[in-house]
Amino acid sequence: MAGGMTYTAIDSTSLQTAEIYGQALVELGKAHPEVVALTADLAKSTKIGDFMKQFPDRFFNVGIAEQNMFGIAAGMAKAGLVPFLSTFSQFASLRSADQLSTDLCYQNVNAKVIATHSGTSFGQAGSTHHAISDLAVTRSFPNLTVICPADGVETYNAVMAAYNTKGPFYIRINRGFDNTLYNTRDYGFEVGKAVTVREGTDLTIIACGSCVYQANQAADFLEKADGLKIRVLDMHTIKPIDRDAIVKAVMDTRRIITVEDHNIIGGLGSAVAEVVVESGKGCAFKKLGVPDKFAPIGLHEDIMNVLGIDANGIINAVREVMKADFELDDDWDDEV
Amino acid sequence: MPLSKQEWLALEKKANELRRLTLDTTYWAGSGHIGGGLSVMDILVVLYHKYMRFKVEDPQWADRDRFILSKGHAGIAYAPVLCDLGFNDKELLKTFNLSGSTMGMHLDSNKVVGVDASTGSLGHGMSIAVGTALAARVLGKDYKTFVVLGDGECDEGSNWEAAMSAAHYKLTNMISFVDRNKCMIDGRTEDVMRLEPFCDKWRAFGFIVKEIDGNNIKELCEAIDFAYANETDQPVMIVCNTIKGCGIDFIEDNYLWHYGAFDDEKYEKAKASLDAFYAKRVARAEKEGE
Repeated sequence: MAGGMTYTAIDSTSLQTAEIYGQALVELGKAHPEVVALTADLAKSTKIGDFMKQFPDRFFNVGIAEQNMFGIAAGMAKAGLVPFLSTFSQFASLRSADQLSTDLCYQNVNAKVIATHSGTSFGQAGSTHHAISDLAVTRSFPNLTVICPADGVETYNAVMAAYNTKGPFYIRINRGFDNTLYNTRDYGFEVGKAVTVREGTDLTIIACGSCVYQANQAADFLEKADGLKIRVLDMHTIKPIDRDAIVKAVMDTRRIITVEDHNIIGGLGSAVAEVVVESGKGCAFKKLGVPDKFAPIGLHEDIMNVLGIDANGIINAVREVMKADFELDDDWDDEV
Repeated sequence: MPLSKQEWLALEKKANELRRLTLDTTYWAGSGHIGGGLSVMDILVVLYHKYMRFKVEDPQWADRDRFILSKGHAGIAYAPVLCDLGFNDKELLKTFNLSGSTMGMHLDSNKVVGVDASTGSLGHGMSIAVGTALAARVLGKDYKTFVVLGDGECDEGSNWEAAMSAAHYKLTNMISFVDRNKCMIDGRTEDVMRLEPFCDKWRAFGFIVKEIDGNNIKELCEAIDFAYANETDQPVMIVCNTIKGCGIDFIEDNYLWHYGAFDDEKYEKAKASLDAFYAKRVARAEKEGE
């Protein structure tokens, strides 16, 4: 089974997720002269150094000034460029929230925010550098597409999709290495469509980001240990959320657990809950995430373990929700 | 582009028409940001009627000069300028601020034709201008970017981030203005949050600063000519000392008229005041024009 400390295996043969973004950006830069890259003194951390070297005239490091970076990007996009902005998620979503909302979203410009060090992935840096509210904030901005890829492969797909789709995007990725969920880019990534990582009928785990891998590990274990058939959905697009996949999960499995490296208020869990409630269908439901507290300091895998959003925590939650015996409720037929 | 007397008089006439249209729009809307609208009007007139390159019939023309009204609340003055030019139907001004209108007090670049940036939240416009100016460089275009800030707006720290970057990137294709009317909502700028030494601040951030009377067409033209002729690698900031409510004597230089309303009596008085103001301005142009 997947234990509590399984997340970050330092695998020298693989690339950090942000490095994959950096490569995708270079690829886009080569193919499209209108692609420009901006950062706020985080070129190294956000892994866009290759773009800087290859396209120095299309690379802009604005210094530690995120608000200015977002405004500049809006102006560039208005003039026909396609800016990719990279900084930490916490700053992209909060420090420059007004610029993200007003300059990028309200004006509906074709600019792409790649927000790194999301969730608690910059664990040791502490809560000043954890982004546990960014999904809550960004998914409330009209016109903005919000994506939280499961791994580096999906990050590549999301970055390419962002280029190919007009309008502002917010893509949140982790610091460091992510466990690789997908062994190919060709699994049918589509903005706004959840990926069914595994089929199941007993319960559905809806996860995003690095929690998808953990959910899959948990489902694997529970199939062997408890004989449970668990569906795992990679809900990479937080907005627009895949309503059909959620309602189908309600109807097919009647039990849903959401898992995210984000506050349980306002993020993936809330987005899924909104759809479940509006569907009018009954469903046992549990949200896993950061429990509306600032997370502790530590390695990302340790924090995920403490928060119960790793495979161990998910297994415990699944067993708890499976105990819910609501299907025998006399009122079950009353649902609309 | 030296200003001839004939041109000066034509610009005065246009400024007068547009001040009157701004007053009318405020009257139709029931209320509006008339104070800062009238202080900035001469900057708008000079830019749109003498200097800026654009095509009314092709508002998204890629080579057009960009104009960003960072003090977005002056939309009540900017909308009349754009409607008068034909970017939008003039009749729309009668709907300004009314429910269902495409024109609210802060103009939406996706709804009002000719607007290059949706502003309103202060401290955004200069960054956007830096972006359009940098984009010109990347795209190999020679258009210019003009940006107008309010002085109270300069309390926002984001402007100084933008200022630093404009100088760092040597954006001489961008010409900046501050409408220095010395008033903000809650009082005089120097009482609420001191800005002075204001010009020195811009110099310290790497700008060449021209300080002028921003309600003097001739001085505005001279300053813009100076910016066009700038051969240094520093961007130019034109600090325009203006009068809030310029042209309507009973609201002039009064921060309480940041946002105001005119009843019929005040409206008539305001029109008379604008007429008298225009006469004085024409007399000055006749006397000082060449």
